[in-house]
Amino acid sequence: MRLQTRKIIDKAFLASAVVAVILMISALIVLLGPILIKGVGAVFFEGTIEHRRLMLEMFERGSAIEIEREKQIAYEAKKPVYDAIKNFEKQLESMDYYTRMKYKKLLKDLNKAICSLLGPFPDAEKRLLMRDQYGQTRWDRVKVKLHNVLFIEKWDYSDPTRSGIRYFEPRQKEFAGTPIEEIFPYIEKNIERMFLPKKTFYWQFFIDKSFDSHFFGGIWAEIAGTFYLTVGAMLFAVPFGIIAAIYLAEYARESRFLSFLRVCISTLAGVPSIIFGLFGLAFFINTLHVSHSKSVLAGSLTLSLMVLPTIIRASEEAIKAVPHTYKEAALSLGAGRWNTIVTVVLPVALPGILTGIVISMGRAAGETAPIIFTAAVSVGKALKFYEVFTHPTPALSWNIYNLATEHEAVDEIRHVQYGLVFALVALVLLLNMAGIILRARFSKKLKG
Amino acid sequence: MEALNTIDEVKNIAGELSSGDKKTDVEQKPVFNKEFYEAHVESKGFSVFYKTNEAVKRVTLQIPRGKVTAIIGPSGCGKSTLLRAINRMNDLVPGCYTRGELKISGQNIYAPNIDVVSLRRRVGMVFQKPNPFPKSIFENVAYGPKLHLKLSKEELERIVEKSLIDAALWDEVKDRINDNALGLSGGQQQRLCIARALAIDPEILLMDEPTSALDPKATLKIEDLIDELRGKYTIVIVTHNMQQAARVSDYTAFMYEGILVEFGVTKELFTCPKEKQTEDYITGRFG
Repeated sequence: MRLQTRKIIDKAFLASAVVAVILMISALIVLLGPILIKGVGAVFFEGTIEHRRLMLEMFERGSAIEIEREKQIAYEAKKPVYDAIKNFEKQLESMDYYTRMKYKKLLKDLNKAICSLLGPFPDAEKRLLMRDQYGQTRWDRVKVKLHNVLFIEKWDYSDPTRSGIRYFEPRQKEFAGTPIEEIFPYIEKNIERMFLPKKTFYWQFFIDKSFDSHFFGGIWAEIAGTFYLTVGAMLFAVPFGIIAAIYLAEYARESRFLSFLRVCISTLAGVPSIIFGLFGLAFFINTLHVSHSKSVLAGSLTLSLMVLPTIIRASEEAIKAVPHTYKEAALSLGAGRWNTIVTVVLPVALPGILTGIVISMGRAAGETAPIIFTAAVSVGKALKFYEVFTHPTPALSWNIYNLATEHEAVDEIRHVQYGLVFALVALVLLLNMAGIILRARFSKKLKG
Repeated sequence: MEALNTIDEVKNIAGELSSGDKKTDVEQKPVFNKEFYEAHVESKGFSVFYKTNEAVKRVTLQIPRGKVTAIIGPSGCGKSTLLRAINRMNDLVPGCYTRGELKISGQNIYAPNIDVVSLRRRVGMVFQKPNPFPKSIFENVAYGPKLHLKLSKEELERIVEKSLIDAALWDEVKDRINDNALGLSGGQQQRLCIARALAIDPEILLMDEPTSALDPKATLKIEDLIDELRGKYTIVIVTHNMQQAARVSDYTAFMYEGILVEFGVTKELFTCPKEKQTEDYITGRFG
């Protein structure tokens, strides 16, 4: 081959390698960027007086005096709105039937929007759901709700060829001529005084329990659930996996049975995860009755089956890679076979085994399908340690799906959804980094 | 394993030891001249097979106690196989089996009820390429004793120190005894392996080309070490370096293609060998 051609081919290889790396990095940025940015929004945001009031009343955080003072300011700002509405309602009593009917519905809508934005009326009886007991706690949500208050959503079906077009009309127009008319510009002008937004660092998002279906509070239950499931899966999979790998690498002799065994293990690695979930339900819960119904125990067992092939494969490769000179030396000193494996082979194979474990941990933490049938619930408290054998638990992976699709107020809790995703990605990244560091340290110790 | 020492009286060594060789009417002068020696390792018609290949062919050999015996011969002549048969390391090779007798201190080590672990305690081995464990120097030497005995920390430290002194390595490593053994030079690693083998206090030390992977200076140190160990241990050393065999050993065995051609006192074998094959090999006509 001519030198020119060789040089060109070399450069082409280098270029394609660089392009591949750039593509990978940009894919990573595109994937992780929004997750991190929006996920951080669950923790860093502009919080209103309602948020601080919630923190004080539910978690006893914050200075009561300061918050009381702010409450007063906000109340002063909101009072005219409440008063105007109440006065108009009283006025309406004395009006004729036709006017009352006209404004009854309009007022109902207005009340709903105002209460959603500002919070319940001062002297109304306490509402059942917590979400109705507070106004908006986040400034970005305030802006959205303000839009709801100021504008009515209407649909235009005039064009028969297209589906209805949405348009907004200022609510002020509906109440033209009434005292209510003035509250709209008033709200617009004083919105900041009503909410007193301040930059908030709500790191307790990761350790608080959630209130009212994740409307308020944090995601501790999910984090604890994922933690229990992952640790449980590892507790079952690692011992069995390593021992199976030792058998395959050291004791087994080549035979038809052994080849069949290897095929079985490889097949297990390729089974779809939802089949694992169904199997876990059918076998662990319905046949073995490890628990009455869903539980963390059943979920951990199912997850451990799923990661077992990976651990076996990685451990077997690591054990086979141990130079046989070490084994020879140990045996020549009079070590028995098992002794050699435990004292010489396993310590040298440890970095490879650790890699397999860390990869599996990341997978177990993020898998959803196996735990749908066996362990996950949508809403629940964080489990105490002894409850893992009998109780199901929320989990990060399952709740990401659940909160984004089956929740009753998907739009209200966007920040929680992003927070869950952020927590899961951060957890897996942390696990992988810990594994890399541990592996590097063991490798260094072995190299001398 | 209680053993009785047998003392062999030397008869017609040349006729008895060289197997497969027919001496007819020529009067054979006994090699050892009425010298008594204890045979520590004794083989009678001993063969080692790898599947169907007979690597060691009916060797009858007596290795004297407390002396250094060298086994020389061209590559592939079966000397390593014979050496490894003495501590049954060939058991690790699949498809390897033996015929004949191999006795240590009168006990056939290939009998069916022999405990291989305790055999390997009495017969230590040093390999061609130094293979210390990827642990600390202390851990390396302490590995053997910890396997077999329950020892306190002080006893273990004493054993490690004694072994390293015996292996002429103590002065060089006493300040870094907890450092990783792989940080030592090649010669130091090999001496560490010797210390590791000595730590379990074997009777026999087998050395499979211990200096072939080392530089001349380290080689010299190891040869000095073998000199010091003579008398305390029975040493069998396989080497393809004839000059080393001449320097270091008391007795030499020459093997060719699995057959033991000649066995005798080193000085005599190298100055006036009995067999023509031996003479050809020593003078470099082949090998």
